[in-house]
Amino acid sequence: MEILVCVKRVPDTSENEIGVNSAGTDIDRDDLVYSVNEWDNYAVEEAIQIVDRVGGKVTVVAVGDSESEEVLRREMAMGANDGLLLSDDSFGGSDGKGIATILKAAVKKGNYDLVLTGAQADAGAGQVGGMLAAMLDQPYASLVNSIEIINDKTLKVGREIEGGNQEMNEIQMPCVLSIQTGINEPRYVGIRGIRKVASVEIPVLGALDLGVSSGSVGSAGAKVKVQDYFVPQLGKGAEILEGSTEEIIDKLIELLKVKGGLK
Amino acid sequence: MNFDLTTEQKMIRREVRKFAENEIAPVALELDEKEEFSAELTRKMGEIGLFGMFVSEEYDGQALDYISYIIAVEEVARIDGSQAATIAAGNSLGIGPINYFGTKEQKKKYLPQLCRGEKLWGFGLTEPTAGSDAGGSKTTAVKEGKEWVINGSKIFITNAACELTLGVTVQAITGRRANGKPEYTCFLVEKDTPGFKAVPMHKKMMWRASNTAELYFDNVRVPEENILGKVGDGFHQMLQTLDGGRLSIGAMGLGGAQGAFDLALKYAKSREQFGQPISKFQAIGFKLADCAVEIECARNLLYKACWLRNEKRSFEKEAAMAKLYCSELMGRVANHAVQIHGGYGLMKEYNVERFYRDQKLLDIGEGTSEVQRIVISRYIGC
Ligand SMILES: Cc1cc2nc3c(=O)[nH]c(=O)nc-3n(C[C@H](O)[C@H](O)[C@H](O)COP(=O)(O)OP(=O)(O)OC[C@H]3O[C@@H](n4cnc5c(N)ncnc54)[C@H](O)[C@@H]3O)c2cc1C
Repeated sequence: MEILVCVKRVPDTSENEIGVNSAGTDIDRDDLVYSVNEWDNYAVEEAIQIVDRVGGKVTVVAVGDSESEEVLRREMAMGANDGLLLSDDSFGGSDGKGIATILKAAVKKGNYDLVLTGAQADAGAGQVGGMLAAMLDQPYASLVNSIEIINDKTLKVGREIEGGNQEMNEIQMPCVLSIQTGINEPRYVGIRGIRKVASVEIPVLGALDLGVSSGSVGSAGAKVKVQDYFVPQLGKGAEILEGSTEEIIDKLIELLKVKGGLK
Repeated sequence: MNFDLTTEQKMIRREVRKFAENEIAPVALELDEKEEFSAELTRKMGEIGLFGMFVSEEYDGQALDYISYIIAVEEVARIDGSQAATIAAGNSLGIGPINYFGTKEQKKKYLPQLCRGEKLWGFGLTEPTAGSDAGGSKTTAVKEGKEWVINGSKIFITNAACELTLGVTVQAITGRRANGKPEYTCFLVEKDTPGFKAVPMHKKMMWRASNTAELYFDNVRVPEENILGKVGDGFHQMLQTLDGGRLSIGAMGLGGAQGAFDLALKYAKSREQFGQPISKFQAIGFKLADCAVEIECARNLLYKACWLRNEKRSFEKEAAMAKLYCSELMGRVANHAVQIHGGYGLMKEYNVERFYRDQKLLDIGEGTSEVQRIVISRYIGC
């Protein structure tokens, strides 16, 4: 099975304290540590496991500047076979539709049975998977938390539903799935994997190679634009407990008792 | 001059850090408290490739350069000294001598299991009467027919008495040289050899989750093919092994200093007294600034020593300097880190007191700070 997994380089929330920049247009990106978007990492692990079972190839693709190469290389060290970087000055400032447009062009250049994305990334919009499927005119399932291969045309996929319910679907390939965290346990990248990929060349495709017109992507093509970026004021009735974990637990128990939630 | 790490080295730092934060950090406190060596964690470290880092792929090693190895040890030490000890001793003392001085048969027999982290190997040099002064050793090996018979004992031997131990390298006196000094030879002794006993040592102040053992040899018979290298090579092998080992102890000091510093900086920014974060008080901010400067110096010194080794140039003086500086630096930084944490710093759950305890061994193991100063003073012509 030929699988394409879309991955994004995002600020690592476990390594950074994230704050809003002084202009209030974005988070403060000075000195941030970046890594692969967590959801995407689950998607890559799932793809590797599928290929381990039924054979085939996993390709990871990222839209971004040259620094995005590091997340492609990382996912290749984890076990993806090929990497592909989609990079062009005109791609900067793309909205969700712009990113999906660029990815669609890359999908069209290959012959993929299955395209995986993470359910969402750092911006939290969760748009790309669905838009990409629509543009490709392929079936789509979101928030997928299990994949079973029925035959070379059909998959059975589980979806997480609000309230802890589970839904099972059959879906025809080629298709696009957006992957939820927890679908598997992503492996660690080992030193041997790193050595294998440390010096491989990762191909880069630009707007011309992909046949993407620059007006349709990037800030020029973006129809959704961020207007403001801030941390909301604390509302009334909300109290943030502070201190060590134990102190917080003690305070919480105390509060629950006072309000009658605990006897 | 180029101070950039390679793509490979940068990736190793990131991925080992991630592993250490996710797999070691959650259990370090408990293993330390229970004084428990974890075979499970050791195997996991083996799975991601933390053993056999400088060994060729032919023996299931990772075939890395020395800086990559040192970065990996540093990143584990940033989280926990005990696990870093298992790796540093496993590589530099356990695997190193077999890799550098062993025959093809010995390498084939032992290295793959050791490089996959399925088994560990000890390096027995120190004796009750021979610490800094190897001349005080009493362990002997006498040839009888085609066998050698070993008698004596060793003390403080890392990785030598745990469920993963496969065997030990032991240095013994095998005769006298023309100048009257003892002749030393190293032997490979498998753990089940009759007459050999390895007893775990307990109640350590530091490295409590690392395995330390006393070894007893009571008429232990090994065949000739268990000699490491040649008869009489033992002293040279020991010196060379310790030169490499110094770099990994340096990495433990540097990584431990970084770990204690990271905890202290984070705490200083979040702890408020007198209406502001304590990091804003000059007394605290200056301590942290001094630590940051010294850590930077230590890293440059240690990496330079590793670079010299990679380039096959002489690195022994720089290795002794790096071992001394990085070890003592971690002492200063861990001390500041506890101080910055105030009373909480003395509580186990804040982790800095473990760094404070674990550091002390670095001034003592693989050549004490005094011995490093002797070595350095000789190199500079005193
Ligand atoms: C946890 C742990 C793990 C260890 N792992 C291993 C291992 O795997 N393999 C192994 O072989 N050994 C191992 N060791 C032993 C370690 O290398 C020795 O403890 C170390 O070499 C010091 O020897 P000693 O303890 O006998 O101290 P001594 O040599 O007795 O030193 C006592 C003091 O005297 C000072 N001193 C000695 N000679 C001089 C001198 N000429 N001038 C000035 N001062 C001097 C020393 O610096 C020190 O301060 C380990 C030790 C520990 C605690």
